[in-house]
Amino acid sequence: MKTRDLTELAARNLREALLRNSLTTLGIAVGVASLVAMLSLGVGLQELANKKLSKSGLFDAVFVSSRANQRGFGRPAQSETAIREPAKILDDEARGKIAALRNVVEVYPEIRFPTEIQFEGKPYSTTVAGIPPSAKAEGAFDGMQGNFFSSPDANEAILQIEFAKDLSTQPDSLIGKNLVLRYAERQALPAEPSPKKADARKSGIDPADEITGQSPGFSIVPREKTFHIIGIVETEPATSVGSFGRGRLLIPMQVAEILRVAQANDLRGLLRRSSSKQTYDSLTVRVRSPSQVKSVEDAIQQMGYGTFSLLDATKSLRLVFAVFDLFLGIFGSLALAVASLGIVNTLVMAILERRREIGILKALGAADRDIRRLFFAEAGVMGLLGGIFGVTLGWLIGSALTFGTNVYLHKRDLPPIDLSSVPWWMAASAIAFSIVVSLAAGIYPASRAAKLNPVEALRYE
Amino acid sequence: MGDALVHAVDDVTVAVRSKEFIALLGSSGSGKSTLLNLMAGLDRPTSGAIFARGRNLAEMSSEDLAQHRNHTIGMVFQAFNLLPRMTLEENVELPLRLAEVNRDERPNRVREAVERVRLSARLTHRPSELSGGEQQRAALARALVNRPTILLADEPTGNLDSATGDAILHLLQEINESLGMTIVMVTHDRDRAARYAHRIVTMGDGKLLSDGNNR
Repeated sequence: MKTRDLTELAARNLREALLRNSLTTLGIAVGVASLVAMLSLGVGLQELANKKLSKSGLFDAVFVSSRANQRGFGRPAQSETAIREPAKILDDEARGKIAALRNVVEVYPEIRFPTEIQFEGKPYSTTVAGIPPSAKAEGAFDGMQGNFFSSPDANEAILQIEFAKDLSTQPDSLIGKNLVLRYAERQALPAEPSPKKADARKSGIDPADEITGQSPGFSIVPREKTFHIIGIVETEPATSVGSFGRGRLLIPMQVAEILRVAQANDLRGLLRRSSSKQTYDSLTVRVRSPSQVKSVEDAIQQMGYGTFSLLDATKSLRLVFAVFDLFLGIFGSLALAVASLGIVNTLVMAILERRREIGILKALGAADRDIRRLFFAEAGVMGLLGGIFGVTLGWLIGSALTFGTNVYLHKRDLPPIDLSSVPWWMAASAIAFSIVVSLAAGIYPASRAAKLNPVEALRYE
Repeated sequence: MGDALVHAVDDVTVAVRSKEFIALLGSSGSGKSTLLNLMAGLDRPTSGAIFARGRNLAEMSSEDLAQHRNHTIGMVFQAFNLLPRMTLEENVELPLRLAEVNRDERPNRVREAVERVRLSARLTHRPSELSGGEQQRAALARALVNRPTILLADEPTGNLDSATGDAILHLLQEINESLGMTIVMVTHDRDRAARYAHRIVTMGDGKLLSDGNNR
């Protein structure tokens, strides 16, 4: 029998026992739906975690320090010799070299200092953090109120929501207003040792105690600068390790660097360094994607600096999700297995009911193969329809769960999330799986029908 | 499906010549239907041979037997055995589907077969909407549609009143004469066998009792 005739006959048979076949198909659909819903939750949660975590700026960053003995989670300790090497200085030259590495998007120091601001005549103490331009792409600024910095050197500020609440009972109204940042600027002293030495002598300090041929030191000058408030954000993105959420007033990194605010490590730098050049305690290197973190990290270690990244943490996260998906898949498959028993039952019942018809078909010249293919086709069609319907149903269940979760999150003033995700490959493979399972369920009934003795079948009344 | 071997047909040799109209006569359980099923290739003999057009059915694969039933044999049953949910037209088309006859050709073949049994007005009716005689004529059209060389009829008049039964037998006779189709008809009605068949083969207890020309 030709495929078209076979399909027509199969479709006809399916229509004839419409209720029973619909219920069987529905059974498959529910099985596929539970499989799809489970997997879509797994994939959705994984995507959510990946998005939130990779966008958090933690996983595409390498933290560089002048010390060579840092290591990541679970990574073997570096060799003894590496630890004993003298600390290399992180200066602008090193920063330039790192920035020139392949796949490096940006290199910036951590600028974070406690200070005071003036807003509407009142002083408030706060912590200021410099934010690199690449932070714009990160999740923390999704759904922020107002805008991100208009340019890397704009005198603009973004407030962290808690700080905004301190400034005003209506945080929204702050956008567009100005605030005055008061800070301590570090000014390098001109290299004039003689008056200093004279002073020292006067004060009774032996000039030999002064470190010669080194930076003449710096003075600290109070400054003020006006910033325009352009946005309010829930959380600060992680610009450096351990910095997450600590900055309350965010300003562009470039502006923060120009301010030359005196920071804690300046004092140590003063003692250690031979020139008045800018040095860094640590630098953050933003890499194009988490997969390139390893190579960039290796390159920086070659240069003699210590590095740290959370790469290994993401690996174990992926493992957890793979196991999670596997379990969800197993539970979903169980539902489909139960549904496939439904197919076996329906088709076996159909054989009993259609004994006579099978006998007639055989008497008219149907080969065993034709009968087998007819039953197979019926199982396959039920699998296909059940699969399509099931994927739709599973997607709806996933969407309903997402909707419900988002209603819950909304009540708790949290941003909405995409809980479930049905990518096209999942839909396609669920339908294919449904057909395969249905055909497998059809093997026994089909071969039983094919083996039916036509003389017996025709005698059967 | 009994496990014990029952000799429904035992030591029977019948030669059917081309274009012959043979009546297989006998009481119930005489083995006449079994013999017919063996000829049709619906059943296989435990021993012995059945030759149809030079080929031994006993040695054919089940695939070949299906081909034999489809192309060489047309069958008519006492219970008509039409598929109840199909129209007359679809029932008659069924052997064409199984024989993989071209779709364009099918309507003509169906019409031709239905015209021969004079049922053209009933093409779109379902079996339940047809009388017993009409149903048997539809079954006959279905048996003829693939232009077989042998028509096997198992008690074709068993479920019909005498007038309708006569009309069916008349039709068989006509087919035998005009198409030159070989007909083997199982019946227990000696009078009718005598009236229509060329030759009467009588069976009892699975054995051949008599075989003789009717005319």
